[in-house]
Amino acid sequence: MTEKAWRNDAVAKVTGRAKYADDYKFHNMLHVVPVYTGAISAIIRGIHTETAKTMPGVVRVVTAEDVPGCPVFGQIQRDYRILAYDRIRMEGDVVALVVAETRRQALEAAKAVTCDLEPLPCIFDPEESFHSDFLIHPDKETNIINHHKVRTGDAQKAFEECAFVLEEEFRTSSQEHGYIEPEASVANPCDDGVIRIYGSMQHPFVARRFSACVLGEPLSNVEVFTIPVGGGFGGKDDTASIVAARAALCARLTDRPCKLTYTREWSMKESYKRHAYKVYYKMGVKADGHIHACDITVYADGGAYCSVTPWVTWRSTVQCCGPYCVPNVHCDVYGMHTNNVFAGAFRGFGSPQMNYVVEQMVEKAAEKLGMDEIDFRKLNMVRQGSTTITQQVLDNHTVSMGQVLDTTLEKIGYFEKRKNNTYGKLNENGEYYGIGVAMSYRGMSLGAEGMDMCAAIINCQYDGSIIIETGIHENGQGSESAMMLTAAEYLGVDLKRIRYRRSSTSSIPDSGTTVASRGTIMGTSATVLAAKKIKAQMASVLCHELECAPEDIVFADDRLTAPNGKSLTWNEAMTKMFFKREHVYAQATFKAPEVSWDEETGHGNAYFTWVYGCQAAEIAINPKTGKIRLINAAATHDVGKAVNPAFLKGQICGGMAQGFGYGTCEDIGLHEGHVTNANFNKYKMPRASELPDFIVTIVENPDPMSESRAKGIGEPALELMAPATANAIYHATGTRYQSLPMIIAPQK
Amino acid sequence: MEITVNGKTHIVEDSRQDDELLEYLREDLDLTGTKDGCHIGVCGACVVLVDDKPMRACCRKLKQVAGKNILTIEGLRGKDGALHPIQQAFCDHGAIQCGYCIPGMVMTGHALLLQNHHPSREEIRKAINNNLCRCTGYVQIVDAIEAAGSAYDDT
Repeated sequence: MTEKAWRNDAVAKVTGRAKYADDYKFHNMLHVVPVYTGAISAIIRGIHTETAKTMPGVVRVVTAEDVPGCPVFGQIQRDYRILAYDRIRMEGDVVALVVAETRRQALEAAKAVTCDLEPLPCIFDPEESFHSDFLIHPDKETNIINHHKVRTGDAQKAFEECAFVLEEEFRTSSQEHGYIEPEASVANPCDDGVIRIYGSMQHPFVARRFSACVLGEPLSNVEVFTIPVGGGFGGKDDTASIVAARAALCARLTDRPCKLTYTREWSMKESYKRHAYKVYYKMGVKADGHIHACDITVYADGGAYCSVTPWVTWRSTVQCCGPYCVPNVHCDVYGMHTNNVFAGAFRGFGSPQMNYVVEQMVEKAAEKLGMDEIDFRKLNMVRQGSTTITQQVLDNHTVSMGQVLDTTLEKIGYFEKRKNNTYGKLNENGEYYGIGVAMSYRGMSLGAEGMDMCAAIINCQYDGSIIIETGIHENGQGSESAMMLTAAEYLGVDLKRIRYRRSSTSSIPDSGTTVASRGTIMGTSATVLAAKKIKAQMASVLCHELECAPEDIVFADDRLTAPNGKSLTWNEAMTKMFFKREHVYAQATFKAPEVSWDEETGHGNAYFTWVYGCQAAEIAINPKTGKIRLINAAATHDVGKAVNPAFLKGQICGGMAQGFGYGTCEDIGLHEGHVTNANFNKYKMPRASELPDFIVTIVENPDPMSESRAKGIGEPALELMAPATANAIYHATGTRYQSLPMIIAPQK
Repeated sequence: MEITVNGKTHIVEDSRQDDELLEYLREDLDLTGTKDGCHIGVCGACVVLVDDKPMRACCRKLKQVAGKNILTIEGLRGKDGALHPIQQAFCDHGAIQCGYCIPGMVMTGHALLLQNHHPSREEIRKAINNNLCRCTGYVQIVDAIEAAGSAYDDT
């Protein structure tokens, strides 16, 4: 490493000073514990809290009847019971909250809450749910949460023009986010009437919406603060907001600070997961190697509540053919209710499932055709000016699919190493060996799924110091540092001048969720716009002093310099601005460029720009144990511009590890709706000795659609390891594993 | 019963001998740097050193550590406030993301380096195998521990 890594919160985090939600304590604070019923699907006839209320230390037992606002909320469909009152729809449903002086007292009393339940039928399979008459939400009239389509060309007719048609089925698993910090929230009812919340979350604005809804109060009555969060990966959106709302509810009802800290088991039982998919995939290929048609049907298991299933499955729809040009596409993606734990946002957001399928389909097609799997990809992949399956023309940014593919192949030595693929015959080490590759393109940020905008504030002080904040949340990815580096670069000042103010929902406009790999592209773009405003304000005032046109002033090296050689240090400039009664302050909003979508045809400019990535995995399999050893893995990603390279690398390595876990060992293990592996002794995630030193390469094609030219990395980093590993396993064993996680049976 | 944490000895009533060390550190001493991730001793977020050996504070009772020297992440920093070399190495190598596993990782790495100043990358990976990190993929954590080793030669 040539340069030392830098991030603003490193010292706090390495010394134990960083305060996470459960580290907060207030005078007179109460402890809250949730009550589960153990049921999966039932009508609630009664909730009995009388005994619990009399137990030592118990201050209150809260049920839906006590909710001053509405106990039902959701980001898209309002169907989530913050406290269940009508039905139990999944194992993690909470019927009551016990509030006590100590956590132990609350835990004891929670055992004394009982329910009268009338069992209902259960559905655990999303395809079965599609055909079932039993409604999980009777008020919705169907178990279908959403249905997205693509209708491009005429797939049925096109299949007749193909040399061959492949038809395959795939299944993907329900993955747990596995953040090391379980959910927690502390709500403090303050003397000004505001409830202030310190919680483990990645979306303070959604936590505020959930809380205000349950309280029946305006958004201005709830202030949610940014504090360190122990991992999110998409998983600290809805559930974290529900935990915050419950803490806020108890705080309002008791008028005392309330803390609700989850155990790992509660977290894994109740928090949403990655959607398990059932995919039926039909691909037709012409004799010249072109993919001519795809017909795709997907049943996504959304579980008991809607959450963001319509958005997750929309991305699957847009990206259902991977980074390939296909002229005829017929695609139906259904988000389905079941009685499984609900599914929601998870790093990748509907793409890891489709990439797992598509990147195996293209290799199957190449093999059937007798064509090299890399040549087949290159023949069909998107290029500069290509039209996507949704009829978007990729012409507003650099399409670098081929560049990232070639770089990955070279870095890992693909062509040399693939000669050693064993295809089911043990090598001299007594192992199976294989190397595999996978690639993708990915629409940046939210696209047509939602409102996409982000705010930044730059507040320059008269002593030369600078405070910045943005609506992007620090999830651990290093977003605050990225914004600080961007501000320093665009203002031309020393980084040491800048302090990042941890924003709250009351200090900065609602900038949406820090998800969808949108933190860097949206946050740094807003920061650049705010910096431009600051510079324009300063130049318009100080141009007289510098005797030049305002637009000719150069901001660099901590000074303002005119072409005539006159200059002011940043400090001098700030003093002058102060005495001229100028507040050097700017708020800017970056509005994502226009996108479009037609729900009937599945056509539109789905995303305002795209990123390109490729990863490769080199594995050996011990035939006696079935254990897959990851020998090497390489990743190449085009991120537009690397803002903070050390943490860019960290994001990629972490994503690859999580993606390898998705491919080879992770599954929440649902048995008739029950989570059977609710802690890390049974839910296996990759550990240090199971992973190699990843080979990471960054490609920078500055993106004109981003104000800072930077894009994003969080999700692209995860979505390729499962398919790359799947292809490696095939090259090693000669067998296709079409179900996640890919568990290889030991040979006897 | 005497419980010594970061060089300071606390007198604890014998009736509390079955209390858990993690809860004692966090709730009684307000040493919240030690984290709770799984509470069953498999994630490593609560690792502290007990007489220089890495131990999981969620699985230890006070009677098991009475009379011994406990070192938590808060006690690693020098008296002048300077970062310990292993803490500095974690900062310099980009080993920190969300930071929740980091106190346990730093303490586990510190325990390893006290024993072996120049472990191989494989030895480092083995040493931190019981510490889960979901953010980093471990590469930069291994880099940090590897780089910190030479600072232990002088101790």
